[in-house]
Amino acid sequence: MTTAETETKKRGLGAHLGGHLQQNGMVLALLAIVLFFLVVVRASQGVDFLSAQNITNLFLQNSYVIIMALGMLLVIVSGHIDLSVGSVAAFTGAVSAVLTVRWGWPFWAVIPATLVMGGLIGAAQGYWIAFWRIPSFIVTLAGMLVFRGLTLWLLQGQNIGPFPKAFQSLSTGFIPDLFGPDKPNLTALLMVGLAALAIVWAGVRGRRQDAAFGVEPEPAGLFWARNLIVVAALMFVGWKLAQFRGLPNVLIVMSVLIVLYSFFTEQTTTGRRIYALGGNEKAARLSGIKTDRLVFLTFANMGVLAALAGMIVTARLNSATPKAGTGFELDVIAAVFIGGASMSGGSGRIIGVVVGALIMGVMNNGMSIMGIGIDYQQVIKGLVLLAAVIFDVYNRNKQL
Amino acid sequence: MTAILEMRGIGKSFPGVRALDQVNLTIAPGEIHAICGENGAGKSTLMKVLSGVYPHGSYDGDILYEGRPVAFRDIRDSERQGIIIIHQELALVPQLSVAENMFLGNEVASRGVIDWNRTWARTRDLLAKVGLTEAPTTPVEKLGVGKQQLIEIAKALAKDVRLLILDEPTAALQENDSAKLLDLMLELKAQGVTQIIISHKLNEIRRVADRVTVIRDGSTVSTLDRAEITEERIIRDMVGRDLAHRYPDRVPDIGEVLMRVRDWTVWHPDQPRKVIDGVSFHVRRGEILGIAGLMGSGRTELAMSLFGRSYGRDITGQAELAGRPADLSDVSRAIAAGLAYVTEDRKALGLILEEPIQRNISLANLAGVAVNGILSAGREQAVAERYRRDLRIRTPGVNQRVMNLSGGNQQKVVLAKWLFTDPQVLILDEPTRGIDVGAKFEIYALMNELVAQGRGVVMISSEMPELLGMCDRIHVMNEGRFVGELTRAEASQERIMALILQSEGKAA
Repeated sequence: MTTAETETKKRGLGAHLGGHLQQNGMVLALLAIVLFFLVVVRASQGVDFLSAQNITNLFLQNSYVIIMALGMLLVIVSGHIDLSVGSVAAFTGAVSAVLTVRWGWPFWAVIPATLVMGGLIGAAQGYWIAFWRIPSFIVTLAGMLVFRGLTLWLLQGQNIGPFPKAFQSLSTGFIPDLFGPDKPNLTALLMVGLAALAIVWAGVRGRRQDAAFGVEPEPAGLFWARNLIVVAALMFVGWKLAQFRGLPNVLIVMSVLIVLYSFFTEQTTTGRRIYALGGNEKAARLSGIKTDRLVFLTFANMGVLAALAGMIVTARLNSATPKAGTGFELDVIAAVFIGGASMSGGSGRIIGVVVGALIMGVMNNGMSIMGIGIDYQQVIKGLVLLAAVIFDVYNRNKQL
Repeated sequence: MTAILEMRGIGKSFPGVRALDQVNLTIAPGEIHAICGENGAGKSTLMKVLSGVYPHGSYDGDILYEGRPVAFRDIRDSERQGIIIIHQELALVPQLSVAENMFLGNEVASRGVIDWNRTWARTRDLLAKVGLTEAPTTPVEKLGVGKQQLIEIAKALAKDVRLLILDEPTAALQENDSAKLLDLMLELKAQGVTQIIISHKLNEIRRVADRVTVIRDGSTVSTLDRAEITEERIIRDMVGRDLAHRYPDRVPDIGEVLMRVRDWTVWHPDQPRKVIDGVSFHVRRGEILGIAGLMGSGRTELAMSLFGRSYGRDITGQAELAGRPADLSDVSRAIAAGLAYVTEDRKALGLILEEPIQRNISLANLAGVAVNGILSAGREQAVAERYRRDLRIRTPGVNQRVMNLSGGNQQKVVLAKWLFTDPQVLILDEPTRGIDVGAKFEIYALMNELVAQGRGVVMISSEMPELLGMCDRIHVMNEGRFVGELTRAEASQERIMALILQSEGKAA
């Protein structure tokens, strides 16, 4: 190899790291925050931050933010915003409560009915945004008020509950261990192990395909190092969960959705069109993309996910309350922006959003354990959001 | 006579690129100095160094202004010394009035309270200097691009300009507006304002410039005195070789009718008037059909209304492709029918600037890089690589963002996007606007290749020489109607202008 070649190789690695700095930076930030709480919580409270129970809690507490953030990413990528998700989650949660508790519907009928309801709400808002070109900020601000009001009306200011076990298990249930009740939970370990294998397999397959088409691949060392970290983290979490009650149902739902939405945004033509629409709507339209219809669909999709989140929250609290979901929209939107999506649309990745939501979640959880007041928590979360976006903008400017 | 400006040994590097290297530029007081060079040669970078956009310390070399070395920290710093740059993209706020724009950031005010009477009076004076009689309270968006350009110059005069830099001032203007602007430049010169003009239009340079400096690949190639300025010489210095012919040769091989449009009529989207009135034409296989006309004659509106009704309302008329009625009711159907439209405004309508090359190329035919709706990154990359080779898109890699490419290369990406849809007929709207001579030639050659493959090309252009050089047949358009048709043998600039003028005002 000549010197010139070595140099291009080196620059290749540097450029690669540089290009993914945002992505890797957020993951590193998440790890640093976890480590920080691990040390500080042990020192100050004598508690293990990464105990099996707390890891389980982390997922149970943040599942609904992550689930809604998946839909919110699409909305934001398309160049819009949805402020109504908190109210829609509250309203659909209340609807599911009325259906289950008052009308006595079984959970297998309540869940699809509520999801359809959420889809219709999203579609109703998307209709004005997509086909009448009313700014999404206005339409969903109206939706935020309307559905909060409808929640109050439906619940008549009271809580509805409790729910049957079957419905509660949506949020608080765990996958039963097929190998008996002994610890560790072998089913959980097996499933996490398979997931880890699947991730590595997909990565290797992608590399091989790239090579087949002559695409310059990610340097092998970097690829394996990254995969090693991911698998190690996954197995650690799996091991911990297996010590407790196994895999929460909601973790499975969430993981499946994350995989589906990653695939949708990165590998499908429809997903690509949403990015194109957010990047330059006029150019997308003149390239034969039906931009109106896509915007409409992203809002309908957001409604479905808000309904799912609404049911999970309701099941977790074991009652529908008028105040449920207050401020969710802000957590969800913050997660998307911390995860690297651009305010002007056209960019952002699912994996970034998940990391963004986890950063918010870990901070909520850690600060609560440390007994930091809600006042300081808000201040710190706000500063983290600001810092993440500044970091993003700074990086972007440096690339120019 | 000492120079008003001397730039010595200027060098500027960006990560991985040496954009400028050993550039020397001397401007004499009171002259109009043209800077020529291909896109990406470093003209704009040089002007940014001069005006302080790239602050002192971020480049090598020295700048002497009015005999003293200067070190500008930012653009305000250079403006204070009378160096004013007017960029290609106008920096006017469309909703604000002429007067408000004129003194934006420089208001006639005492303690923050604007003195409107004095503002308007001064605006009127400044407008008179550039030959405008508009009311100072007119919103800028109500004026045409030509007048907006003049207002930019008036704005520079308001700042007591001593060295005025115009970056492609006529790129968006039609001929009579360009002529006015060039006259104004000569007038300002008579008043003693030194000017630098960056332009691609060699006939304009010949008209106004006292001297020309040619830059190629980031270095000064030559500085020509007025006697030496010829188009051939400038082109040779710009591209580093002789361009024997500006238009590549082609032996026309014209076949049957590929596309036929009858009685195409389009109404304005929000005004009660016809924009296109009963236009009929056809394009044959292997033929380049030109559409000539002034800006505003309805050329772009015709093309966009044909292409999936992307413009106008109440569209009537018939379109046929390959002998069958074509459904052009939306863009995806028009693409499926075999039509492609390459827009005149590639940044706003043609490209997603933040996205990499390969994603832009696949955009109009995602199915072509996907199996059952699932994208293949490898296939997409392979397609992009193919077009990069075929169209000679100059870039380190197809994963580069389009916004980092020069105008000519961006245009090639847009063309690649449409070629990938395998169209029968391509409508090219100003395909060579704002790109340099070398890239123009490549695009002409590509057009010849396309018709040689049996496709049809409709070329819309404001540059008559290129229509005359490229087209087999030319339709002349004015006020929404086709007012004449000329074969290649009949066509000349004079006849086209005559047809336009004769038809003027005849429309109902």
